Amino acid sequence: MKNKNAIGTWGGFVLILVWCLLPVAWIISLSFKSPDETAAGSPQFLPQDATLQNYKDILDNPDFLDALRNSFGISLIATVLSVIFATLAAYAIARLEFKGKRLVLSLALAIAMFPVVALVGPLFDMWRTFGLFNTWLGLIIPYMSFTLPLAIWTLTAFFREIPWEMEQAAQVDGATSWQAFRKVIVPLAAPGVFTAAILTFFFAWNEFVLAISLTSTTSSRTVPAQLSYFVGPDPFNPPYGQLATASVVVTVPIIVIVLLFQRKIVAGLTSGAVKG
Amino acid sequence: MSTTVATPAAKDPQPGKPPKARMSDRANAENRLGLKLVAPAVIIMLVVTAWPMIQALYLSTFRYRLTSPDDKEFVGLGNYGTVLTDGLFWQDTWNTVLIMVITVSVELVIGFIFAMVMHRVIFARGVIRTSILIPYGTITVVSAFAWQFTFSINNGWVNSWFEWLPWIGPDTNWFGDHWPAMFAIMVSEIWKTTPFMSLLLLAGLSQVSEDMIEAAKVDGATWWQRLWKVILPNMRAAIMVAVLFRALDAFRIFDNIFVMTRGAQDTESSSFLTYRQVIEQLQLGLGSALSVLLFLSVLLLAFLIVKLFRVDLAQARGEG
Repeated sequence: MKNKNAIGTWGGFVLILVWCLLPVAWIISLSFKSPDETAAGSPQFLPQDATLQNYKDILDNPDFLDALRNSFGISLIATVLSVIFATLAAYAIARLEFKGKRLVLSLALAIAMFPVVALVGPLFDMWRTFGLFNTWLGLIIPYMSFTLPLAIWTLTAFFREIPWEMEQAAQVDGATSWQAFRKVIVPLAAPGVFTAAILTFFFAWNEFVLAISLTSTTSSRTVPAQLSYFVGPDPFNPPYGQLATASVVVTVPIIVIVLLFQRKIVAGLTSGAVKG
Repeated sequence: MSTTVATPAAKDPQPGKPPKARMSDRANAENRLGLKLVAPAVIIMLVVTAWPMIQALYLSTFRYRLTSPDDKEFVGLGNYGTVLTDGLFWQDTWNTVLIMVITVSVELVIGFIFAMVMHRVIFARGVIRTSILIPYGTITVVSAFAWQFTFSINNGWVNSWFEWLPWIGPDTNWFGDHWPAMFAIMVSEIWKTTPFMSLLLLAGLSQVSEDMIEAAKVDGATWWQRLWKVILPNMRAAIMVAVLFRALDAFRIFDNIFVMTRGAQDTESSSFLTYRQVIEQLQLGLGSALSVLLFLSVLLLAFLIVKLFRVDLAQARGEG
């Protein structure tokens, strides 16, 4: 009985690893294949002649570099702003009694479930009127709106766990309220804020619908949108290798973040969603 | 900063003021501060959702194409009539519902198995957690490409690895027909989002008390009975949240289809149809009608799922 369980667990373990890593391994393998190999129809998994040419080509491609810069800038700004506003809101929800608390949480939930495409038309029209079409700001504003719900929910869950009495205790011990806040609450809240920031960054880095609808040139087009336009000279024979390489390049930063902060991300994802 | 106001001000009672009035003063101040702190977030959320939605309601009553803005003409509910009598709309709705039902069901099963394994695994927890976050962290567009190349007739490994299966030959063109293309799209969707599902289920699983499972074991319940009678009922809230989130997310499927088929072989989804009308054809009137219908569908769907599971969402999330 015990042995059977162990085999099942081990089998499951291997299954999960294969499931998660196989497509990634495939795209990495493709990125090292030469155009000859990808065009000739060679289905073998590993490249026969590994080459770095694709990486050279991609890193020399100005459109791709622009998109990479846009993605970083837009995601980073949206993350910082979104987390600041979400922190204020979550603090209020977790700590204060005020009317409309539930309303704010319900609104956030409704927006988290909103079909983004439904907003593309009117936003497209509005952004053209306000001159926000095809600008960084034109993407940052909607990214903030759509990441705020997740950030607010995650942070509220985190802030509820903070023993706020400690702040008073510090004040009784002679700290000013600002000192108490900075020395006691900020260190306790920091991990939650950081988690919310990672999740927000993921969302902005991944977002596609708005990125292709509200941009028209490489001055603001982000990586996911740029990738989808990256078909090369012959639309019937896309540059598999280069596409795969570009995919690897944009996935690497995310994987690094995941590796570094996996514990926090899991905590954030689950505490924001399920808290019984 | 703002904490001073919020800190219970019990320290220095002001003489001459009845306690009750002081309490309500403080409550008022707290109320005001709370509203001030949530205001920026609420305003930003509304700017990009509520206002455009009102705009969409308004635009949907016009025949309005951006390429000929002077022909803008009030048509009342005409656009809705056009959409609802169009076969393409229903085909796309059917596709969307089908993708949602199949992917969420499969994800629920696989996600639960993964959650069970992760719950049991004691060694290498870090490894498994990190791996499971890789699909979650991968951009959907990238995962769509990875799977498109996987099923590619020229270079894909599916055709060469699974040749022995009766319906897969080396020259199977997955994107040449409706069902295989839908299959490929769903595989990509499932790969990308199962980890999210399994993490939510894992959180639910860890909240089921071991004592209850142990008690059932002592009473002679089989593994299967323990699963159905003890574990699953106690995870209802977690399962519901996972299904609700994933279903609504799957309902707006767009990226995968855009990259893998561009809607060819009748694989278009509702979101894709809306996008095409608005951005590619610049039919703002008709597109807005589609947007409103999409929004209403999501509302209906959320309502149905919450009713189905009979769980108070706020309660499930610890709102009390």
